[in-house]
Amino acid sequence: MSYQVGIIGAGPSGYTAAIYASRANLNTVLFTGLEPGGQLMLTSDVENWPGEEHGILGPELMAKLRTQAGRFGAEIKELSVTAVDLISHPKKLTLSNGTVAECESVIIATGASAKWLDVHGEAKLRGRGVSACATCDGFFFKGKNVAVVGGGDSAMEEANFLTKFASSVTVIHRSAEFKASKIMLTRAQNNPKISFKMNAKVVEVLGEDRVTGLKIENLIDQTSADLPFDGLFVAIGHFPNSAIFANQLTVDRKGYITVLTGTTQTNIPGVFAAGDVVDHLYRQAVTAAGTGCIAALEAERWISHGA
Amino acid sequence: MKELSTTDFDSVISQSELPMVVDFWAPWCGPCKVMAPILESIAPDNQQLFTVGKVNVDDHGDLAMRFNVLSIPTFIVFKGGSEIGRFAGAAPAAVFVEKVKGILRG
Repeated sequence: MSYQVGIIGAGPSGYTAAIYASRANLNTVLFTGLEPGGQLMLTSDVENWPGEEHGILGPELMAKLRTQAGRFGAEIKELSVTAVDLISHPKKLTLSNGTVAECESVIIATGASAKWLDVHGEAKLRGRGVSACATCDGFFFKGKNVAVVGGGDSAMEEANFLTKFASSVTVIHRSAEFKASKIMLTRAQNNPKISFKMNAKVVEVLGEDRVTGLKIENLIDQTSADLPFDGLFVAIGHFPNSAIFANQLTVDRKGYITVLTGTTQTNIPGVFAAGDVVDHLYRQAVTAAGTGCIAALEAERWISHGA
Repeated sequence: MKELSTTDFDSVISQSELPMVVDFWAPWCGPCKVMAPILESIAPDNQQLFTVGKVNVDDHGDLAMRFNVLSIPTFIVFKGGSEIGRFAGAAPAAVFVEKVKGILRG
């Protein structure tokens, strides 16, 4: 298999790159990886996607982008990329079915994934009360008491969303200060069903077949206590999906791929990176789409001029 | 793919000759939407091994409660009328089939 443009990732950034590259008549392939649709598959209403004046469901938006990319001839393959050789020419992508795709240029749009707490009991009880997706699982906690861990916008959003179902929501945050924007924080603070436990950390998830409680450590006096909860929603941020590229591309301290300012160019010519695998500041569907577009235009220019 | 309901669930599960993988899903769940075409695509190749059923948890919340489903999609494998294993979350076709086979092997 050989292509002019190989795109890795199927979020707003990857699909937009596929729309632009295939519409420019470049022979384009997109590998979706394990989470086709990306983070938006876990959201409900997207209210700030321009043109969708009444908002659109995240999964619906992703289905539309996929169809649009396919319309101009991009091949969309439900495969993961397991290893890359970005320095050789053409560049080689090893796929989860064992085959290798050769690509003149590569656009990395692998995004970011939710972080887990990594404490005892969490993995065992995932899907049994431990969740990273309030919009998927909130429904099952009608009249229950749940905890949300985190202090950013996504934690506040999850907490607010969960009050539709749960009888109480406790936000557990390890500091006394929040990263969340003022509007999101105020909305949560004004919600009578939401309470806050600050300077506290979850050290264990309790329960056998389902979550029954959390062991919570008070970070000020180092005491810990077991408190009853029916559910735990983890919203402590994301990490960039850059591990398979990190030995060839320049990444920052946290693993985000470094690009030349104002472009999507990585340190290897012909390799471009776009969306949340680069951007830890804005992280919006529309900014990811924007950089995906730039990546496709830069790939096109690189293929035709070699620069 | 068989749609299961509160009324026919027990009889279908207990009478099924092959093990049955039941997908607990809802129309508003993104990862569930991802899995729907994947389940369709793997069914023919695996029809000697297992059948696939679906429970819409919006319509049949009692089944979700009975089986302690707290996250969707959740896939529960039934054999001879009882649960022999489960997993939650979306997965690509090959990974999904491997997980089911792993449960069937015990």
